[in-house]
Amino acid sequence: MEHMGIEPGRIHFSWVSSAESTKFVQVVNEVTEAVKALGPNNHFITKEAKVA
Amino acid sequence: MLGYIDKIRQISKGLIEDKKVDMIIGFKKGTMPMMNEPCLVKSPKDVEKLVWDSNCGINLANYLTDRKERIGIIAKGCDSRNIVTHIIENKIKREQLVIIGVPCTGMIDKHRLTSMFEGEIEQVTEQNGNITIKGEDFEEILKKNDVLQQNCSVCIHRNPVVYDELVSDLVEEQDVDRYEDVRKIEAMPSEKKWNYFDDLLSTCIRCYACRNACPLCYCPTCFVDESRPQWVGKSDDSIDIRTFHFLRAYHCAGRCTDCGACERACPVGINMRMFTRKLEKDCFEQYGWEAGLSLDERPPLDTYKPEDPDDFIK
Ligand code: SF4
Ligand code: SF4
Repeated sequence: MEHMGIEPGRIHFSWVSSAESTKFVQVVNEVTEAVKALGPNNHFITKEAKVA
Repeated sequence: MLGYIDKIRQISKGLIEDKKVDMIIGFKKGTMPMMNEPCLVKSPKDVEKLVWDSNCGINLANYLTDRKERIGIIAKGCDSRNIVTHIIENKIKREQLVIIGVPCTGMIDKHRLTSMFEGEIEQVTEQNGNITIKGEDFEEILKKNDVLQQNCSVCIHRNPVVYDELVSDLVEEQDVDRYEDVRKIEAMPSEKKWNYFDDLLSTCIRCYACRNACPLCYCPTCFVDESRPQWVGKSDDSIDIRTFHFLRAYHCAGRCTDCGACERACPVGINMRMFTRKLEKDCFEQYGWEAGLSLDERPPLDTYKPEDPDDFIK
């Protein structure tokens, strides 16, 4: 995804066990922060269908 | 490579006459220059139809999917790797196949040649590494090596990796830097990458010829055709087009042999291998994997090894 132009930091991978609630919270916070810092995603927005 | 044909016909004829196979999958001359067509030969007298030259870029492994017959198949390096992939993925059995290996010296790039000349190309012939191109009011001789398909010019597996018969001596493998163009894109900032691929796909008409030509794409219903649920928009909006292309590429991850059949099939000449090549490069660099080289090894995406890279998981 980054190779075709999605900014690094917008996509995250993590492995969280159902027993790791604190890790889950931490990951969610990190992801939210990283994505907020990048600002809104300007790609993958489909404009209204063009009518010929 | 021209000399191969007698040997190909001779082997094919023998196989059919001795009832070792029910059919041969090979190439016959196309109705247009530079477009040889795949063909199935079932009787000894039809063996004469078979041809071999530098216009056999279509990947014949594509015609093996789920076949029940015993088949003799003509395979250059990349076809043989896709045959291996087919066997590994249970799309055909090794026992059903007699692989007629063809050491390859590359296929010519019909898109490039077509764009090099104003007028229509009417005839293309080859001799001793030279290609003669004739049209209504022009004639030119070019070196074959200068007009190879891009994937052929960076190919490092020209010789078939499995075969039962071989039509000639093995050819020398090239020592080339396979990924120069991918590295160029990797070095771009995100915005530039996005624009590069936007530009690349701007002329795509979503005809799906690239998908149909690819031996890896054998699902009964492709995700792009599915309507319940509909996974991806079907319009020619640039986002829908891009979604189709990157999902198609992902489905080929760890399987693509860079045979170039997809690019060759595209009516508008899109270089969509730029998606699959990145995945191919990553597979090689991170898992030491090149698709279709061995029947005994499982692909990286369906095995787990403790040393698999995992630093992208936080
Ligand atoms: S994606 Fe293209 S290059 Fe890769 S195996 Fe399919 S047709 Fe060949
Ligand atoms: S073959 Fe070319 S035009 Fe057709 S869907 Fe593929 S990239 Fe688009």
